[in-house]
Amino acid sequence: MSVRRASYLVAAAALAGLAALAFGLGRYPISVPELFTLLGAKLTGSEHALSSTAETVILQVRGPRVLAAMVVGAALAAAGTAYQGMFRNPLVSPDILGVSTGAALGAVLAIFLSLGILMTQAFAFAGGLLAVGLVYAVGSRLRGHDPLLALVLTGVVIGTLLGSAIALLKYLADPYNELPAITFWLLGSLAAITPRDLASATPAALAGLLPLLLLRWRVNLLALPDDEARALGVDTRRLRVVVVACATLMTAAAVAVSGIIGWVGLLIPHAARLLVGPDFGRLLPLAMLMGAAFMLAVDTLGRTAASIEIPPGVLTALIGTPFFLWLFAVARRTW
Amino acid sequence: MLAVESLGFGFPGRAVGREVTFGLADGEVMCVLGPNGGGKTTLFRTLLGLLEPQEGEVRLEGRPLGAYARQAIARRIGYVPQGHAGQFAYTVREVVLMGRTAHLGAFAAPGRADREVAERALALLGLETLAERPITQVSGGERQLALVARALAQEPRLLVMDEPTASLDFGNQVRILRRIRALSEHGISVLFSTHDPDHAFLAADRALLLAEGRMIALGTPKDVIRPDTLARMYGVQVEVVPLAGGGHTCLPAMTG
Repeated sequence: MSVRRASYLVAAAALAGLAALAFGLGRYPISVPELFTLLGAKLTGSEHALSSTAETVILQVRGPRVLAAMVVGAALAAAGTAYQGMFRNPLVSPDILGVSTGAALGAVLAIFLSLGILMTQAFAFAGGLLAVGLVYAVGSRLRGHDPLLALVLTGVVIGTLLGSAIALLKYLADPYNELPAITFWLLGSLAAITPRDLASATPAALAGLLPLLLLRWRVNLLALPDDEARALGVDTRRLRVVVVACATLMTAAAVAVSGIIGWVGLLIPHAARLLVGPDFGRLLPLAMLMGAAFMLAVDTLGRTAASIEIPPGVLTALIGTPFFLWLFAVARRTW
Repeated sequence: MLAVESLGFGFPGRAVGREVTFGLADGEVMCVLGPNGGGKTTLFRTLLGLLEPQEGEVRLEGRPLGAYARQAIARRIGYVPQGHAGQFAYTVREVVLMGRTAHLGAFAAPGRADREVAERALALLGLETLAERPITQVSGGERQLALVARALAQEPRLLVMDEPTASLDFGNQVRILRRIRALSEHGISVLFSTHDPDHAFLAADRALLLAEGRMIALGTPKDVIRPDTLARMYGVQVEVVPLAGGGHTCLPAMTG
């Protein structure tokens, strides 16, 4: 069996195993047979012998959280894969273009104004798209520079600006209610996930994913110098707008429910590329499987390892930093 | 095939060349000679529609180039840029397969027929054994051959090659020049630039001499590649020596 095929199988098996584990672990343990009994009963509409506590834990508490971890991980990994290919740079991530910061600013503003969860999500979407729109408008007007470098640098600068706006809101926020809410949200957490969060994030993530799947071959050509891609028949300007919009939508969908969880969009595409090579059509599904599995593992570890919950963003950074340095030092040639 | 009329070209705010006029027939091979910075690459980019003409006009198959969609140009004109590695480790085969993009719908990936075209292009350039190697890990010359194969996989009517022999060893230079002649026999036009006037003698029907963005001469290599034109372009004394077989070669003077 080729490395490529084995990679998909191992990633899918790991994801399934982690999902079963994530359902089972916690203050109220649930066995795999119990899980299947309940799911089977719900699907066929028949009665089951489980306690109502077990049902609540599976359907209302752990189920949404497990699914949200998978959606968030897959969405961040897919967005990172798209950004990396498009910027011809394996080191960029959804944080570039100020997307994450823009989405965070939108959400923080909603919390500051004490708006509800739905408005928080809508503001996060709007903030992410606004940031990338701003970056794109400014970056593409800086003529006489390499257009991609201009875009990336504009993204960094705008990201910093948005970051200071967040700092201002934190400074102004009520220190007893709003400030802790903002701080926890910025740390990133899946603890407060509700089925309604999941129902709003999943369609948005899928809407961003579908065009990327359809355009999977063309996206490869964005890795070439602009002139070459155009000479090969690709309208790079239009394609780039579509890819940025899709990746941003996926990032915003994730950030809106989970807060900022760094590293996933940077590390996972990298690791997947080491296994199956840079072809976008092969890379995207594997990156999504691995992103979902990674996020699920981190979240489950975070809520079970200690008596208090460890925010997943802290764990991704703990795992991500050494992995990134290792990649930088050792695996550079395999990009 | 291609008609260029009083063309002025360059970047926004900076003119590189002007008053370039020539035509290219089906199956004709034209070599563009000129010193570094003479405007060859900028001219090629304008002919590919990557830069807007500043004056004059480029007509492709009778219609202005600007009237074609990007993909329609790519189905007619193939481009071999000067080699570069890129960031990502696509295999040589994947790089060649990218040449098929112009023939694919927006949402399509290359199919079996496209793979066969790519395999033929790989074979023509002798790259079969390198097909699974990452493009980032082959030599500069091999990369150049892969870019030629990619342009062939595009199945163009006109091939524009920017110094296709620049990073190749002597054997591969000859192979590329032979490939250019073979394409011409199949009715494909070729426009290529080079720094070696001998290549014009070997492979081109006509030569266009370009210095400081202006045409110095246009005609058969024998007529236009002369000691006076070479001196004007390159600033060195060169003897053009007729060979017994009917060809010519350029021999620079090593003193003075």
